[in-house]
Amino acid sequence: MSIPGEWYLALGAVLFSIGALGLLVRRNVLVMFMCIELMLNAANLTFVTFARMLNDIGGQALVFFVLVVAAAEVVVGLGIVVAIFRRRRGTTADDLHLLKG
Amino acid sequence: MLHAAYLMPLLPLAGFVVLAGFGRRLGDPWAGWVGTATVGGSFVVACVTYAGLLGRPSGPSREFTQTLFTWIPVGGLQVKAAVLVDPLSVTMVLFVTGISALIHLYSVGYMKGDQDYPKFFVYLNLFVASMLILVLADNLVLTFVGWEGVGLCSYWLISFWFGRDTAASAGQKAFLYNRLADVGFLLAIFLVFDETKSVDYLPVFAQASHIGSGARTAICLLLFVAAVGKSAQIPLFPWLADAMEGPTPVSALIHAATMVTAGVYLMCRISPLLALAPGARVVVASIGAATAFVAATIACAQQDIKKVLAYSTVSQLGYMFLAVGTGAYEAAIFLMVAHAFFKALLFLGAGSVIHGLHDEQNLKRMGNLRRYMKLTFVSFGVGWLAIAGIPPLSGFFAKGDILDNAFARYPALWVVGLVTAALTAYYMTRLFVLTFLGEDRWRQRPAGAVHDGEEAAPHESPWVMALPLVVLGGLALVGGLLDLPGHHPGFAPLGWLAPVFGSALYDAHQSGGTLWALGIVDAVVAVGGLGVAYSVWSRRTERPALEPMVLQKSYFIDDIYDAAIGRPSEDLAKMAAVFDTKVIDGAVNGVARLARGAGAGLRKIQTGFVRQYALGIVVGAVALLAYMLTRVS
Repeated sequence: MSIPGEWYLALGAVLFSIGALGLLVRRNVLVMFMCIELMLNAANLTFVTFARMLNDIGGQALVFFVLVVAAAEVVVGLGIVVAIFRRRRGTTADDLHLLKG
Repeated sequence: MLHAAYLMPLLPLAGFVVLAGFGRRLGDPWAGWVGTATVGGSFVVACVTYAGLLGRPSGPSREFTQTLFTWIPVGGLQVKAAVLVDPLSVTMVLFVTGISALIHLYSVGYMKGDQDYPKFFVYLNLFVASMLILVLADNLVLTFVGWEGVGLCSYWLISFWFGRDTAASAGQKAFLYNRLADVGFLLAIFLVFDETKSVDYLPVFAQASHIGSGARTAICLLLFVAAVGKSAQIPLFPWLADAMEGPTPVSALIHAATMVTAGVYLMCRISPLLALAPGARVVVASIGAATAFVAATIACAQQDIKKVLAYSTVSQLGYMFLAVGTGAYEAAIFLMVAHAFFKALLFLGAGSVIHGLHDEQNLKRMGNLRRYMKLTFVSFGVGWLAIAGIPPLSGFFAKGDILDNAFARYPALWVVGLVTAALTAYYMTRLFVLTFLGEDRWRQRPAGAVHDGEEAAPHESPWVMALPLVVLGGLALVGGLLDLPGHHPGFAPLGWLAPVFGSALYDAHQSGGTLWALGIVDAVVAVGGLGVAYSVWSRRTERPALEPMVLQKSYFIDDIYDAAIGRPSEDLAKMAAVFDTKVIDGAVNGVARLARGAGAGLRKIQTGFVRQYALGIVVGAVALLAYMLTRVS
């Protein structure tokens, strides 16, 4: 017995919402970062599900792109996070508003 | 021999280049001698050319062009840098170079000690070169080059002492009046090219009868507009009086003998066209006669020795245009040459007086200089009698020639000319009496202007200044021989001009009796004017009734132009300035203010809180999603 595709879609939507909510409410830069990863992977899950349901390889191919971009983003993002933590300890995202207009 | 004609403009041009490069190093007086030598060289070449032409039979063989190179080769328009040698241009060149050389020599003494001594000769040499280009050019475009060149040098030399405000603005005034008139020259060139597909004199004249009569008249009148500016005729004459701010040799050379006669020369040069445009001729003759009279009346009331001579020049130029309008080109050239002799003489004499009196120019503060400056007195006296038209000096014959022709063609203008002749004798006698006779009024000058008794006494000028006076005095004395009335076949050097003007030349062949009668009338009028002025001015120096303000202020012409043109232009400029600051600057500044205001408002959105941006993105994404969902359903 196979699990219906809609369930996967629902799971993706739930994961995406959790990620988005976490990004909005948490102040810790590292946790915000993880939330972004969660959203990306929720999107990946949705892609794969649609690929299976519609029998279209395009969705699966796109996942690889997302994974590559996410990996690159992690490298850059973690680099920035490390740099921030070196300069000032225990910083939240809200403290970093130097670019305000 | 004749193939060296192009050297005439090139020698002063070379002098100009040398002086412009090394003038400062040569200094005083060697820069002056270099200038004098190059112009003297031109005079020698001119004499050689003259002799060469005389050796040929009269007629077309005395007319040839010499091309140096093609200056502007553009399709159908081929403008050559070429000289046209014919009796007319050679006559001009002879007296231009001769008088220029004398005045260069005079300037060596006159400008001595001036801090810009070399620069003066730089300008003067360039002027002579331009004048010779003007005279010798074989096409209208090259003539225009010389025309502008002399105008430019005139501007530089009038405002030579630019430290004085009056000199600087007088230079600008001269330049602007001339530029205004030069528009006529340019339009005439365009029209000539449009009509004949050529700008060279000889081909254009060959086609003269094929040009439409309207276009012919337009060409003549447009060139006359240019001549009116350059030769200071009504309505463009006020600049010449102000031009007296320049050094006196400049007034003598440029504003009496040569440059201002360029307009008359141009009219003579286009005589084949003018002959076919009777309407234009009437205009030329009328303006000439009117100018002669008006300027002579103004000259009667001027206080400044140079201003009297300036208005006298305007008046004499009016005579020349009267002759041109009559068709008596030969008479015009005759007066031009004679006038160059005696007016240069008068200006140089005036310069000598001003020099001797330590820069005093007011007639009312001169007097009795005959005792102190014998040579100036005698030579100036010759110039005075010559311009007054006392026989047998040059002025009598030259003016008589013009009046005879006017009598035969336009009797009304002859009357104007005759009255002007009386006025001429009157104002010149007034000038002479106030300067050289009477009491030593220069002693009464305000303290401060005089340093001490020794230095204040008038002194005679050095030989370099005296020699030109003597030579010009001699020429003014015998200049009448150039063209005696009735054209004596034996001796009438200017008679060789006749083939140039050909059928265009109008020569009133009056009987001997008429000529004698007219000559006697001229002489009586001249002696009458002279006698009246002597009896009036030799006893008293202040006669306000004879010097009305309207004449002293030259009919308020400057005020009229100021009110009619100057002030409205200024108002227009002010309105334009207001439009510029309010409307144009307002629009530009308004756009900038708008951008700045928008920026100031929008920057508030950028808070620097990352989560806020994220919220924005989420809200936007949700809104987009909601919109799409409602569209689908």
